[in-house]
Amino acid sequence: MRRPVGILGIGLASSLGDGVEAHRPWAHSAPVVDEARFAPHPIHPLAKLPFAETIPRRESRQMEDWQRLGTHAAGQAISHAGAADRVADMDLVVAAGGGERDAALDAQILAARPGEAALHGMLQAGLRPTLFLAQLSNLLAGSISIVHKVGGSSRTLMGEEIAGAEALRMAWARIGAGTSALGLAGGAFLAERPEIVLLHAMGGRLHAGPWAPMAGRGGTVLGSAAAFLLLGEDAGIARLSHVGTDQGGPAGAEARLDALLAAAPPALPGAVEIWAGPFDTPRPGLRLADAFGHTAESAFPLAVALGALAVQDGAPQARIAMTGAWRGEAVAVVEPA
Amino acid sequence: MSQRIAVTGIGLVTALGWGAEANWAAMRAGRSGVRPITRFDTEGLKTRFAACVDLPEDRPGAPLSVAARSRRLGEAAIAEALAQSGLAAPFPGPLCIGLPPVEIEWPQRLALGAADYPGMIAAVASRPDLAGEFHFGATAAHIAERFGTRGVPQVVTTACASGSSAIQMAVEAIRRGECGAVIAAGAEASLQPETLIRFSLLQALSTRNDAPEAASRPFTLSRDGFVMADGAGALILESEDHARGRGAAILGWVLGAGEAADTFHRTRSTPDGSAIIRAMERAVADAGLAPGDIGYVNAHGTSTPENDRMEAMACRALFGEAPPPVSSTKSMIGHTLSAAGAIEAAVCLLALRDQVLPPTINGDDPDPELGLDTVPASRPHRFRVALSNSFGFGGQNVSVVLGRAEPD
Repeated sequence: MRRPVGILGIGLASSLGDGVEAHRPWAHSAPVVDEARFAPHPIHPLAKLPFAETIPRRESRQMEDWQRLGTHAAGQAISHAGAADRVADMDLVVAAGGGERDAALDAQILAARPGEAALHGMLQAGLRPTLFLAQLSNLLAGSISIVHKVGGSSRTLMGEEIAGAEALRMAWARIGAGTSALGLAGGAFLAERPEIVLLHAMGGRLHAGPWAPMAGRGGTVLGSAAAFLLLGEDAGIARLSHVGTDQGGPAGAEARLDALLAAAPPALPGAVEIWAGPFDTPRPGLRLADAFGHTAESAFPLAVALGALAVQDGAPQARIAMTGAWRGEAVAVVEPA
Repeated sequence: MSQRIAVTGIGLVTALGWGAEANWAAMRAGRSGVRPITRFDTEGLKTRFAACVDLPEDRPGAPLSVAARSRRLGEAAIAEALAQSGLAAPFPGPLCIGLPPVEIEWPQRLALGAADYPGMIAAVASRPDLAGEFHFGATAAHIAERFGTRGVPQVVTTACASGSSAIQMAVEAIRRGECGAVIAAGAEASLQPETLIRFSLLQALSTRNDAPEAASRPFTLSRDGFVMADGAGALILESEDHARGRGAAILGWVLGAGEAADTFHRTRSTPDGSAIIRAMERAVADAGLAPGDIGYVNAHGTSTPENDRMEAMACRALFGEAPPPVSSTKSMIGHTLSAAGAIEAAVCLLALRDQVLPPTINGDDPDPELGLDTVPASRPHRFRVALSNSFGFGGQNVSVVLGRAEPD
């Protein structure tokens, strides 16, 4: 028999601001967009965040902004839940891509077009040893453990947006099965990095031209965001009733999403629906990416967190659905505590 | 008493060869798979050797990417394990796999012909093939689709503990009743120039360029760093009921797993070793056993000064004055990073089957302060339970307990 899983705390940071209250009116907020920096591709840049106050300087020096963003939001979820005294056995599941390359060094190499041995020489002379630690996918989780003393299990899942959903599902399933008491799950995505724009531009998936709402886009618009949820056995601010995920070949994506929706608790009248996918869909729901852009690993946890806030504000239910840019489908249902 | 998880298939690829039996024979013979790197130019590099698994598709100046090689190695190990298990695609459960983070590499970047990032970003728009190779979820998605596994492939990176994390996640999924069978695997091919240079800059690698086969020398006085390695390991795991219900041959058991995150430092263990001790304790407890039940430890044993000292200390703390034999098969196959946990669990199962311990080779100057029997040569050993340790860069520590299949 599954135990109920509560959402005890939420940490959020994005282009719309810092913290839960800055995000509560997201569906009515004007999007924050930078069209110049990676033109012709608009992005939603991260709001200015008080990293200096939330991350000790000694630790912050070992990170770049991607890890700082995630570490900041994870800490917020812990303090939002008032769970700072329960971190020692807290289980962590992070969805992460890669960290940050030395874009200046990359630019030098691209300009020089060196041969093999010369390239290796430029890398040996130019790479900073500590930057490697700022790049490794699992070092976001490592930084969260070090800064916030989260000392239970630690897992990092890779796989763009579906990794964010699977991270949440894993934490939810473990608590539901009684094998974890407290699970901190989420992700961080920093869009405003050239190597990240490059990754998501592969295959022509990015919208080019002035910002437009999802319905008028020729592709996806990236946005920076981090979202962490602290899940546990207590009632919390809302109940995470269900998380379902699936993946397979692209041809079956719609049918798999339909099956996931059919397996979820039935929709209640007045339910808030949120579409967390990077591309528009005929399916119903508020468009997460209209407000935030596509926030990749963070998108699904962000949508579930916003659903929890809607339930806290009186909605009878929040239903979140997503199809990934390349692979993966996910559904979550949030209900009153 | 936790539910037992049966192992019904084992697959291995390392620098010692293709296939579990070929690897096991080479390990029993104490062979080294470490050799000079030939698939890229190593002139001027501080470390010029590794435990390489080269492929026919590697061309001079244009080796396969990390993503492509880890996919090939992972598919080979899984195909072997699956064939042994008697199961076939579509596989009736999910894939849990430890993989390295990947990205577009210099040969592909330079081949775009662009002089800067905006140029590259424009050039990749017409290249969906790059998305299918370099997205973080791509390698596992291709593997999952080849074997027809169910659900989202769980692609885990806990650095050098990834393979063990994959086994642990598989065990949890079976125990939760989500599935009766899981492919648990790890595949690694991070050996490309930039990664090699990055590890060199962290002073993590051995620089014994004059004698590569002697470079991985865990638990010795002259150990000077780890040796990068390619490889993959795969296990087919099933609930006991699922395996017995279809009459599968049970090769051994995954009895338990435990993990603990270190909150101390990105690259160093808590000085008292408490996090790695906790991972081992939790694994033993999860198996419903006591430390005295462990008959052999396959060490993380990376051959770095720091790891081997901390791991030896942790073993003495857990097992007391008479720890069981502790060997590091990384002395022969190098450090396969994301795959190490899966490969070394497979090695433990083969050792349990044959009642033979694999050696720690190159142990000609043992560090006397460590106080361990590190098995300098392969030898017969009566034991029922083995512990496999994996301690990740970034503080993620996982131990797995493996059990011997009872003779029928």
